[in-house]
Amino acid sequence: MTVEEHARRYPEVWRRFSPRQTLVRYAWYAGIVFVALWSVRQLEIPWLYFLDAHVQAADLLVRMFPPDWAFIEQVLDPLIETIHIATLGTAFTFIIAFPIAFLSARNTTYNDLTWLIGRFILVTSRSVNTVVWGLVFVAIFGPGPVAGIWAITARSIGFMGKLIAEAIEEVDEGTIEAIEATGASRLQVLWIGVLPQVLPIIWGTSIYRWDINIRESTVLGFVGAGGIGIILYSSINLFAWSEVGIIIISIFVVVVFSEFVSAAVRQRIT
Amino acid sequence: MSSPPVYPTRWKPPSLISSPAARRGFVALAVLYLLWSFGTIEVDWSRVSRGLPRAADLFSRMFPPDFSRWELLVKGVGESVQMAFVASFFGMAVAVPIGLCAARNLAPRPIYLAARGIIVITRTLHEVIVAIIFVKVFGFGPLAGVLTLFVASLSFIAKMLAEDIENMPPGSLEAIRATGASFPKLLVYAITPQMLPRYLGVSIYRLDANLRHSTVVGIVGAGGIGQVLQASFNRYDYDFSLAILIAIVALVFIGEFFSAWIRGRLR
Amino acid sequence: MLTITDLFKRYPTGQRALNGVSLTVDLPQVVAIIGPSGAGKSTLLRCVNRLVEPTSGSVVLDGIDITKLSRRELRRARRRMGMIFQEYNLVERLTVMENLLSGRLGYVGFWRTYRRRYPPEDIRMAYELLDRVGLTGYEDTRADALSGGERQRVGIARALMQQPELLLVDEPTASLDPKTSRQIMRIIVELAQERGTPALLNIHDVVLAQSFADRVIGLRAGKVVFDGAPNGLDEKVLTEIYGEEDWSTTAARGEDEDEGGKPPRRRGDMESEAAVG
Ligand SMILES: Nc1ncnc2c1ncn2[C@@H]1O[C@H](COP(=O)(O)OP(=O)(O)OP(=O)(O)O)[C@@H](O)[C@H]1O
Ligand SMILES: [Mg+2]
Repeated sequence: MTVEEHARRYPEVWRRFSPRQTLVRYAWYAGIVFVALWSVRQLEIPWLYFLDAHVQAADLLVRMFPPDWAFIEQVLDPLIETIHIATLGTAFTFIIAFPIAFLSARNTTYNDLTWLIGRFILVTSRSVNTVVWGLVFVAIFGPGPVAGIWAITARSIGFMGKLIAEAIEEVDEGTIEAIEATGASRLQVLWIGVLPQVLPIIWGTSIYRWDINIRESTVLGFVGAGGIGIILYSSINLFAWSEVGIIIISIFVVVVFSEFVSAAVRQRIT
Repeated sequence: MSSPPVYPTRWKPPSLISSPAARRGFVALAVLYLLWSFGTIEVDWSRVSRGLPRAADLFSRMFPPDFSRWELLVKGVGESVQMAFVASFFGMAVAVPIGLCAARNLAPRPIYLAARGIIVITRTLHEVIVAIIFVKVFGFGPLAGVLTLFVASLSFIAKMLAEDIENMPPGSLEAIRATGASFPKLLVYAITPQMLPRYLGVSIYRLDANLRHSTVVGIVGAGGIGQVLQASFNRYDYDFSLAILIAIVALVFIGEFFSAWIRGRLR
Repeated sequence: MLTITDLFKRYPTGQRALNGVSLTVDLPQVVAIIGPSGAGKSTLLRCVNRLVEPTSGSVVLDGIDITKLSRRELRRARRRMGMIFQEYNLVERLTVMENLLSGRLGYVGFWRTYRRRYPPEDIRMAYELLDRVGLTGYEDTRADALSGGERQRVGIARALMQQPELLLVDEPTASLDPKTSRQIMRIIVELAQERGTPALLNIHDVVLAQSFADRVIGLRAGKVVFDGAPNGLDEKVLTEIYGEEDWSTTAARGEDEDEGGKPPRRRGDMESEAAVG
């Protein structure tokens, strides 16, 4: 085989992408970088602040330490309230999300209208953040943990309802038919045929949501909806950094602990 | 001769908790918890009982939503989107080194622990807490918001990246190492091709999440539409609040749709 | 007892599953329904208790036209018909006893269902049936821990808990091994005969049908093409039902052995035998 022949048979250039593909890719990259830089400009970020950011941060840390351990007495009650808000909110969600999930599942809803209503509730609930729900419920119930509990409930309904509805849509069709064939009423079919199949998922998502809610309820106080957020907010506003340090450490402990509990329980029930 | 068998007429389903005492104890505990929690939370019941009429009043004042100050609305939404985008962009970039350091099968032990520490701490604190601290340090405005979302994106993407790398089949790493490749070459040939699609997918998801969170960090003064919302609530401007809420829901929707579309195309 | 007249079923997809089926079951007998896949056997059975809504025609059980009932009346009618499924269709996460008792759902109110408190006679009947199907002592076992054959026994017991006046059985043995299949068929047939309950039984296994059924109905393309005693299933009938194939090892050994040698006849000759029972 001559050299030319060899070259003809086996190309010496190999590219993963065609030039066109490469071009398109670089155009995308350039576009993204451009938009990012343009956004930075639009936001009018005061770059000067960054010059002494490390000083500021160091200053903050120095002030947080040593933490004011005596303050922990005042942290404890709001911390417990935070856990209550998350737990009660999740418990209410457990009760409310249930019927809504049945309405939003194609195979258990009554008609198109009820399905649409169910879906609408789920979507509304999910697209508004817990803290924003907090704002709304504080406007209704006044500041305090009641608003917080409702905020947690309002946000979690969408989360749990969606997952439960998906589970309901996946139940075994044959089982449902068999129960229907015995002459069972609609409610009996739900209770005997559907519920046992989705119960593990309901428990799993509830516990999972509970641990998310613990984290969410730590900030509800910022809008006045109870929990540890209230004293955190006031300590920050008073620049009482040694108190802030204690509060943050305690939040940290509770959140990590709840995550651990939630994971352990979920592992046991599935 | 054997008589016809006698069958029982009672049957109880076996309970999850077999001992009845334990079962009753469990129920009692639950009831006690409810009593305790309702007893300890401080509630101004008279204020709460006025809630329902107030809710009616609130909703009547929300309708119809007031879009007349749409310029403020558009500016707020635009700022939120820009905050989300900038935060995702930089978060995505910085997440790479941290994610690599947080992968047990790549990084030496001390570096691994440090990187994991950063991820755990930033992940545990709620964005709003981070936001308020940044507001105190850098003042009101979008900078605090961008930094908050940046930190959140950073830890989220880094965690995902690290987990993906740890779950990589060891074979492909070893095969490339066996060719005598140096660490940078290992990165380019073994890790990048495997990780890139997931990394991009997670980043796009995070952009969508940032869009959602950008609406709340404003509540503590960190810029974006949330700040406008908080102000309207404080001024009892409820019809404007509803307009903002509608805008937020629309924004979240578009974000979710867009993110799903891009992730679909990446695959 | 059961009279089906001119039953048609057209699915929304356009599939014509039943094309004018008429048949009568007036004796407490086991009626095997055979026919190729897609012939409409399951559809026929499901039209009887209206798990599938028939397009036209009537299904009369003891003087009541099932097709004309309201939802509420249908529920009362359904509890008189027990159904047994190929895939058992038990509630997997419930115990055997709860699955059996679910056969009583048409008779008890929601409150009892909710509390799982069934009348004592139901419980006694459940224990007795467990004994009858050979599952003594399994009452507290969860259904997902059972083997296929055991599950089908639970399925049978659940249907009989309804104290049905008619059994609808859709391929009860299709997922079971040959020996278990025989045991299951024997249980169904014995229990049906014992209680004088007629049974409509879809089945693919012709040999099994011949050895257990009192009467066989052949279905092809949504039409009844054979209705008669099991020993009438000779090669030409099987060809009529299923199409051309070598049936010499399957066909009933009739009185005249020399029939086996003849070439199978064409469909035209069969019209007279397709008469409806
Ligand atoms: N839910 C449905 N929607 C549309 N068409 C259907 C449906 N169920 C059955 N069919 C069609 O109706 C015809 C009869 O189906 P059927 O299940 O009654 O047959 P079969 O005799 O029970 O078959 P097999 O022996 O495989 O169980 C088939 O052509 C099938 O495709
Ligand atoms: Mg079938």
